[in-house]
Formats: sequence, C-alpha cells, structure tokens
Amino acid sequence: MPKSGSTPKISRRTALAGLSASAALLAMPRIGRAADETIRIGFPTPLTGPFAAEARDQVKCAELAVKLVNDKGGIAGRKVELLVRDDKLNAGEAATRTLELIEKDKVHAVVGALSSAVQLGVNEVTRARGVIYVSISQSDTINEAKDFSKYTFHEALNPHMTTAAVARQTLKKGMKVAHLVADYAYGHEMLRGFKRAQAAIGADNVGEILHPFGAADYSTFMPRLMSMRPDVLCISNFGRDQANAIKQAVDFGVKQQMKIVVPVILHNQRLAVGPDVFEGVVGGANYYWGLEPQSKTAADFNAAFRAAYGGAIPTDYGAYGYSGVASLLLAMQAAGGTDNDKVVDALEKLQYDLTKGPQHYRKCDHQSVQSVLVLESKKKSAMANDNDLFAILANDAGSDDMLRSCGELGHTT
Amino acid sequence: MDLSLIIMQLLSGIALGAVLVITALGLTIVFGMLGVVNFAHGALFMIGAYAGLYLASLTGSFWWGLLLAPILIGAFGMLIEFVLIRRLYGRSIDDPLLLTFGLSYVLVEGVRIVFGSDGIPFPTPPQLIGVLDLGIGFFPRYRLFVIALVAVVLLVLWLTLEKTRVGLIVRAGARDPTIMQVLGVDIGRVWLAIFGLGVGLAALGGVLAGPMRSVNPEMGALVLAEAFVVTVIGGLGSIVGAVVAGLMVGISISMVALFAPEMATIVMFALMAVVLLIRPQGLFGVRGRTA
Repeated sequence: MPKSGSTPKISRRTALAGLSASAALLAMPRIGRAADETIRIGFPTPLTGPFAAEARDQVKCAELAVKLVNDKGGIAGRKVELLVRDDKLNAGEAATRTLELIEKDKVHAVVGALSSAVQLGVNEVTRARGVIYVSISQSDTINEAKDFSKYTFHEALNPHMTTAAVARQTLKKGMKVAHLVADYAYGHEMLRGFKRAQAAIGADNVGEILHPFGAADYSTFMPRLMSMRPDVLCISNFGRDQANAIKQAVDFGVKQQMKIVVPVILHNQRLAVGPDVFEGVVGGANYYWGLEPQSKTAADFNAAFRAAYGGAIPTDYGAYGYSGVASLLLAMQAAGGTDNDKVVDALEKLQYDLTKGPQHYRKCDHQSVQSVLVLESKKKSAMANDNDLFAILANDAGSDDMLRSCGELGHTT
Repeated sequence: MDLSLIIMQLLSGIALGAVLVITALGLTIVFGMLGVVNFAHGALFMIGAYAGLYLASLTGSFWWGLLLAPILIGAFGMLIEFVLIRRLYGRSIDDPLLLTFGLSYVLVEGVRIVFGSDGIPFPTPPQLIGVLDLGIGFFPRYRLFVIALVAVVLLVLWLTLEKTRVGLIVRAGARDPTIMQVLGVDIGRVWLAIFGLGVGLAALGGVLAGPMRSVNPEMGALVLAEAFVVTVIGGLGSIVGAVVAGLMVGISISMVALFAPEMATIVMFALMAVVLLIRPQGLFGVRGRTA
C-alpha cells in the first residue's frame, strides 16, 4: 500500500479492526458450508526408507478406496480427499506430520503408519486430540489398555494372530524350534506370539538370537543357528531384513537342515530376492491376490485394482491401505458424516467385507477380527506366471478366539 | 562352546571383513592421495551392484559383470573427478565433502528413477551356489570365493604400488604433488587415475556384495558408515590400516554375534571409540595429518 502514508485519517488501529472484521465476514460462510465440505483423511506412511515399496502399495490402495467412494457421489454428498504424508519411518516425524494434518489441514480422521513405533507416535497425537485413527501396522501394543483410546482402531493383523496360524501349519509336538528375531518391538511381539503357540503345540524352543534392526549381514548368526540343530527356524523381522536374512540363511544351506518359517511373508520381499531363495518358506498374510478363486470379495477388489492401475495386482500391504480407509468411509457413510462419536459408534457396529471376507472391530480394543492366510512360497517351476508367488496352505476364518482376551490386554470389559 | 563353532564363526568374520576391506580401501586411497573425503562412496558401491547385475544379465554371465562393472564405474568415477572434483582441489576439505554428499543423493535418486525403489534379485553365480563341507561345518562357496578374490586384489594392488614405476609416481604424488609437477609429472592424470581406482574398488565391493544381500538403492548408506568406521580405525589414508581394521571389525562383529548377537552392530562403533581414545590417528595413521 504505497498510498497509506498520504491518507493519515485512517489510523493503524482502525485499519486493523476493519481488516479483522472483513476477515471474520469472509470466514462466516465457510462455517455455514461445513456440511458439504470435503472429508479429509490424513495418511502418514513411510514413503522413503526401507519400507518404501510397501508404503507405496498402501497409498495406491488407499487412493483407490477414496476414488471408488467419490465415483459413487461421496459421503452424504461430500467428496473425500486423501492427504498422504511421508512419515520417514520415524515416530517423531510421524507425530509432527499428524499434528500438522490435524491442526493445519483439519483432517477428520487419520489412517496409516506401517512400523510399530510410528503407529504409537501417531496414536499419541490423535488420542490427545480426540481424532479417529485407524492403524494399519502389524503390531498390537496400540490395542493394549495403556495406549488405547476410544478413537484408536487397528485394521491390520496382529502378531498373536499370524504366529498362531503359522505355527498351526508348521509345528508339531516335539519339534525343535530356533528363532532369529529383529531386536525391536515388532520382532519381540512376534517372538512372544511364536513361543506361546509353540508351548500350546508342545514344540521345544532350542534357542533365540536377537539381531540388530536393519542389519545387512546375517552370516555371523548362521553357524550358531545351525549348531542348535532345529527342525524349524522362525525368522521374525520385516522388510529388507526379511529378504536378507532368508537369502543368507539359504546361502549357508539352512534349508537342507530345517524349514524356514516367518510370521508374515512379504509379497514385495519375495519379488526382491526371487523364487529360488524363498522356495518352501511359509508365512502368514492378511491378503494374497490368489485368493480370488475362493473369494468373490477378493476377485472384486483385484478387478477394481487392475482397472485403476493398468492390470497390476494388489499386494498384502496394499490391501491394508484399502481396507483401513474403506472401513472408515463405510462407517462415515453409516454415521451420515464426520461427527466423531457417531463414526466411532458406527465403526464398532460395522460388519464389513472389503478384500477377503467378513471383518469387524472387536468392541473392547477395536482390533479387526478377520481371516488369516498361511502361504507357502512356490518353486519357480510351479509358478504359472510372474504373479503366481504363493500357494495358500490355510485360510483361517476370523474369530474372537484368535485374539488375546480383552482382560489380558488390560481392558475392563 | 565347541571349537568347530568358534572356527566357523571366525571364518564368517573373515568373509564379512573381506567385503569391509574392499569398500574401505577405495575410500582410504582417495583420501590418502587426494585429500578428498568421498561421501558418494556408498552410492557408488550401490551403482556398482546395479551395474554388475545389469551387465551380468546382458552378457548372461556373472563373471563379465564382475569384471566390467568396476571398470565401467571406475571410468564413471574418472568423469566425476574430471568434471566436478578437480575444480575443488586446493580448497578446504569441506568443499569436496559437500559435493560428494550431494552427488550421493543424485545417484541414489537416479537409480530409483531408472530401476525403481524396490530391491532386485541378484542371483549367485551357478558355479558358487551351495555350501562346501569343511569337515567341521558347512560354509557358503560364494563367501569363500569372496575371501580369495579380495586377497588377490590386495596382492595386485600392493605389488603395483610398491614394485612398479606407476606405484612410485603415485606414492610420491601423495607425499608432495608440487615437487612431482616440477619434475615434469602430470599430477592431474595421476589424481584422475587414483579417483577412478577408488571408485572402481567401491563398484567391485558392490558387485561382490550383490549375491549376498538384496540389491536396492539404499544399500550403500550402511556400507558408507561401515567403510568410514574401518577407515578411521585403520588410520585415514592407510592401505595396510584398512586391511587390518576391516578384518578386525569383521571378526569382532562375528565373535560378538556368538555371545551377544544384539550387540553385533554396536561393537564396530565401540571398537572405533576405543581406538580413537588410545590412538586418535588410527592404528596405522600418521599423527596430525590434515590431508
């Protein structure tokens, strides 16, 4: 305002008063319009770092879930928008991004996170501000009473479910079991799950080796693992750690002596190291596209994904991104909007079937009760095409018995 | 604890150390002779792995990849020296450090764009698949090959530097480049060759590591940290130091893994801290050297 100096009649104070009044006027219609305002979903996920491949699949599928709802006219006439943020696999970064999503972008709910520590960071923020958070990380400390809030939901499988299902398929009474475990929350939770399943089956624990998170070389653990002479080796780690550990175990001839079992067998890691290395490895999964002959829902989900992404198939972690966002949107639809308490109520009552069969959130801890797949990696010669990675050994239907009891997690109900 | 297990563990440590030696070697040679701290060393290691993989699939043989990738990436290193690094000689040590640091981001991002950010499988050469029965246990053939190859590379490098005229010029050039120029040696060409050699060694390390680890754009980050630790323990610029420290770190990691596996990564840094306290210049370093 170059002329302000020549118009001294308007004092700075009146100018400010006038400005703020007009600002208030401008803001007014926004409040009136809130009902048809876009619904914004925050989506923190580790787009950079070792889990980037999984994170990108999550984003693709989350975007698909949003697109499908918008194509049908949105929710109560309101469009849905997904706000993706890179949490860099760092709890502090995730908390900051989540805070921005809530305070600055005014998101109505948050879905996402992949790592166990990161989901806790996100949950801290959403819980304190009473924002709904649907976690898609495969760790369940978030369901325990100390971290839980009525706004906290957990769509992913948890270590207890996957290890029990895998153990049922691979362990027998009297078998000797050794463990190679990543030394952080995820590994510890998986180890706890396996040991509990092992005890129930009557298999013997012959040793545990904890390895540093993100290690590139596992050769130094192999001689000791071999000397334990187990029948089964459970490797409980994630992402590239899984690929490297299995590859090096195979190099050391581990597969000739014992079976390799993992709590969660990762689609992208199997692609990254090839069929020969993974051949015969058994692990749990939330989703596998090959479910389509047995499940109409899976066939529909695959078809929607293929149509949106040029014939590609959705992965395990992709399915989490889809069901996490889609279940939330279903609840919003049922609640007729974004009123927090109504959506929480709707999520608790929701019976949904989005990717693989019926699911619901358990009342006490908001864990999604769902089926668990057990997969075995196929031999190269047995693969019908490049996407034909696994054979489905089991598809255990979801039930409350799969979960730790509400009481054990510290919930009073 | 029985003896055969300890021997097997020692062997794992030596194999691990062999890869550490080869990666630290390039870093320490470039620093010792050029005074350049090459932060792109890890990224070039990764590029080497990708180049090896690409060349191996192009020619249908791992061996061509192993031979050609270090040469090709070494030539690429010379290009980097000629176009970028050369302009920064005579300036403070931070300038090439920042340049190579930035370069590492460009390289990693470039690979992500070309090959994607997922890992790619790098198959073990068919002749070296499987394990060898050593009587006391089984050991992967490929890792034994890595130990042998690294030993050969070290021998060739040592003979070249100590017994040939080229080696003499290189060593003299590292000590006093001005006198060398006065004597009529084109020191620029020597530096070009040295940087190419350092980068070629990084690439060789990458190709060798490929069949042991999954190949992905971030694989160099950890390697850079390890190479620096080895270089610091051995003494910045010392070739013997890099060899001794590389094996020392490999064996320490392996032995600690036997008794306290979760400490396996930390031991490397603990070793570095101890060495720095007792001998700040590193085991074979020269005191007060600032390049």
